[in-house]
Amino acid sequence: MNFYKDRKFMLKVTRKCLNHRWIEPLFKYTTRFFALLVFLLLSAILISLIAGSWDSIQQFGWSFLWHDEWDPVQNQYGALVPIIGTIITALLALVIAVPVSFGIAAFLTELAPEWLKRPVGIAIEMLAAIPSIIYGMWGLFVFVPLFQEYIQPHLIETLGDLPVFDLLFSGAPFGIGLFSAGLILAIMIIPFISSVMRDVFSVVPPMLKESAYGLGSTTWEVIWKVILPYTRTGVIGSIMLGLGRALGETMAVTFVIGNAFQLPSSLFSPSTSIASAIANEFNEAGGLQKSSLIELGLLLFLITTTVLAISRLMILRMNNREGKKS
Amino acid sequence: MKSNQNSRFYWRKCKNTLMLSLAYVAVIFGLFWLCWIIFTLVTRGIPALSPDLFLHETPAPNETGGLINAILGSLLMVAAGTLLGTPIGILAGTYLAEYGRYSRFAKVTRFLNDILLSAPSIIIGLFIYSIYVAQLNHFSGWAGAFALALLIIPIVVRTTDSMLNLVPNNLREAAVALGCPQWRVIVMICYRAAKSGILTGILLAVARIAGETAPLLFTALSNQFMSWDMNSPMANLPVVIYQYAASPFTDWNNLAWAGATLITLFVLCLNIATRVFFQPKQK
Amino acid sequence: MVSLSETKIAVNNLNFYYGDFHALKNINLRVAKNKVTAFIGPSGCGKSTLLRTFNRMFELYPNQRATGAINLDGENLLATDTDIALIRAKVGMVFQKPTPFPMSIYDNVAFGIRLFEKLSKSELNDRIEWALTKSALWNEVKDKLYQSGDSLSGGQQQRLCIARGIAIKPDVLLLDEPCSALDPISTMKIEELINELKNDYTVAMVTHNMQQAARCSDYTAFMYLGELVEFGETKQIFDKPKIQRTEDYIRGKMG
Repeated sequence: MNFYKDRKFMLKVTRKCLNHRWIEPLFKYTTRFFALLVFLLLSAILISLIAGSWDSIQQFGWSFLWHDEWDPVQNQYGALVPIIGTIITALLALVIAVPVSFGIAAFLTELAPEWLKRPVGIAIEMLAAIPSIIYGMWGLFVFVPLFQEYIQPHLIETLGDLPVFDLLFSGAPFGIGLFSAGLILAIMIIPFISSVMRDVFSVVPPMLKESAYGLGSTTWEVIWKVILPYTRTGVIGSIMLGLGRALGETMAVTFVIGNAFQLPSSLFSPSTSIASAIANEFNEAGGLQKSSLIELGLLLFLITTTVLAISRLMILRMNNREGKKS
Repeated sequence: MKSNQNSRFYWRKCKNTLMLSLAYVAVIFGLFWLCWIIFTLVTRGIPALSPDLFLHETPAPNETGGLINAILGSLLMVAAGTLLGTPIGILAGTYLAEYGRYSRFAKVTRFLNDILLSAPSIIIGLFIYSIYVAQLNHFSGWAGAFALALLIIPIVVRTTDSMLNLVPNNLREAAVALGCPQWRVIVMICYRAAKSGILTGILLAVARIAGETAPLLFTALSNQFMSWDMNSPMANLPVVIYQYAASPFTDWNNLAWAGATLITLFVLCLNIATRVFFQPKQK
Repeated sequence: MVSLSETKIAVNNLNFYYGDFHALKNINLRVAKNKVTAFIGPSGCGKSTLLRTFNRMFELYPNQRATGAINLDGENLLATDTDIALIRAKVGMVFQKPTPFPMSIYDNVAFGIRLFEKLSKSELNDRIEWALTKSALWNEVKDKLYQSGDSLSGGQQQRLCIARGIAIKPDVLLLDEPCSALDPISTMKIEELINELKNDYTVAMVTHNMQQAARCSDYTAFMYLGELVEFGETKQIFDKPKIQRTEDYIRGKMG
């Protein structure tokens, strides 16, 4: 080594360097191991869910998916009712929450005066942090009684007779039911979706907006035609995240969905969702019922994973089409 | 031609006014429900708060009592879950952001982490039940802690990954140019630079798991009495609230509201703390 | 031309690739000891790329590779067994954008020292004072050594980075457009600094500012599209360039 003129310096340096040579691979492999752990955990979850539901799978096979009977006495179980309940409440929640969140996000980034932006923004973020059980309790103790007494009867009278709406808005005014669950879910995911949308909207470069205004666009046109396409990926991501949350939510739904294993005849019928069915029955269940409940869990896991995978694929496709690097 | 242009412009203006009004309506709609909920919490929850909560255990039906065992149990399980899950999350996130930058493995792991992140918490509860509770044949505080740890890991992985990715590359290059080995670059430079972001993420993750009910239903269950033993069923606020709220006893209902208020206050305090102490730097 | 005995870095047949893109084509030159060598040329000509091969910075990125030889004091940097960290201790680098580490000024300068040497507290203090004095920053920061590096102005931050680089006593200093992010007064201070530094170090500097090269350097290399077009003493390059393309660039006929 003819780098170093100072021999003493060279010895000091090489000794210190070589002493700690083992730390680098240790650190690298430790972090890699924990990254691998994520994969292992996910596989373990999938495997244990399948193992737990094996009895039920063997007993019912594919027909589990479309049977609507759930009878612990006769040991007959079918997932149709919870699946429908889950999907309907989640979709209802999205239908309500997405436009509202979009409006809130647009308000926070484009329309609100400066002094209002921060307080409202902070309020939304705080509300996103409130645990879901609060929403459930509020729903059961405050919303449902009022709904049942004052609003639901009118809705049933007016909308229940109209041709299309009677499918949705008929039946007895129980207060609890799919509609209430969907509304509570919507209220719960609004702060969540709107804060993500707001974050995404706020990173749009001012230059872009100024160029559009400079051409004479109205505020709405800038939002709809410039901001939204630019943030498309993030907006879709936020909606999908909200959907995932709505599909898997337990507590906000369990309190108000009614927990009845019957096919809903309208949005006002009490029904059940996968998560609330599991929450309600698991601890008292045994044998085949327990296995069926775990199979319900497996189905829920597959549904939420599929939703996530689809959203990723959509985003990837959109980026590829535009030639962006992923 | 001019009148055509004018009417077109008029139509655009109308649409603009309409849509923007709808946006205002949306804000009022959203805030209306949320204010109502907060109002309920304040009117039902705050009166139910009293020092008794911290002095007595959860009562039998139609008796008075407090929530001290539930509060203790929640604290223990949240702390244990956080201590277990956070180091794992940070190390995994470090790998994704630093070593695995250009590797396929990192991309796949990130995707898998997002799946774990969006897995419904009740599924995590089922998982821990199957591999731990069912094997040991009893519920326990440790099972609850494991479930909470599993919930916190993907959140911390994601936060660490994003925050480390925000550290500009020139900082790393400058350290490497001095002859710094990679692990030291990460520990001495990157962690320092991303410190406040990662800590904020951890605190917010703690706030999230503090309010989770579903994963504790089949793992820790609950316990009517005060217990420090993590190896047996452990009382915790969320499950107690769930049981008491749905019951027909007014004493229990009141305790449920009190518990709900406690959790909400805890979560809000954590959120405020992150804002005040860590002032996340917005780019 | 630089004679072999005066050469600090000898580049022989260096080729560099970003993936399939041939970024540096057969570079041959000699960087003189204790002199300032400037690399000039239009954007994308490869001057920063060349500089980053001298301390193998490109190894941080998977798709970049170099072939050929870069001889530092006779030993080929690209093919040596020596630990890369030791090489980088001998070849220091200052980047375009000032990058103070998220720690105090004291710790910034001490960072490199602590990697390689075990000095006592007083030795460390002395070395830090020496480095900061050498980079003309000592007087401005001696009272606030424990404040964060971010609290300095742009020009001061860049001088801090230079102090950090020389604190570990390298042989060579690589400066990648050190003044491009700075105002004229800071630029002037750094140019004065470069003039002093060459007494103790070999300096290789990339700059897009031709006049700066003319002011500060002893030797200049003009590069274009990955090739070394002309290399020689600065005075000769700027007064009587031998190659037409060099003259076009210097006279501003080509950007």
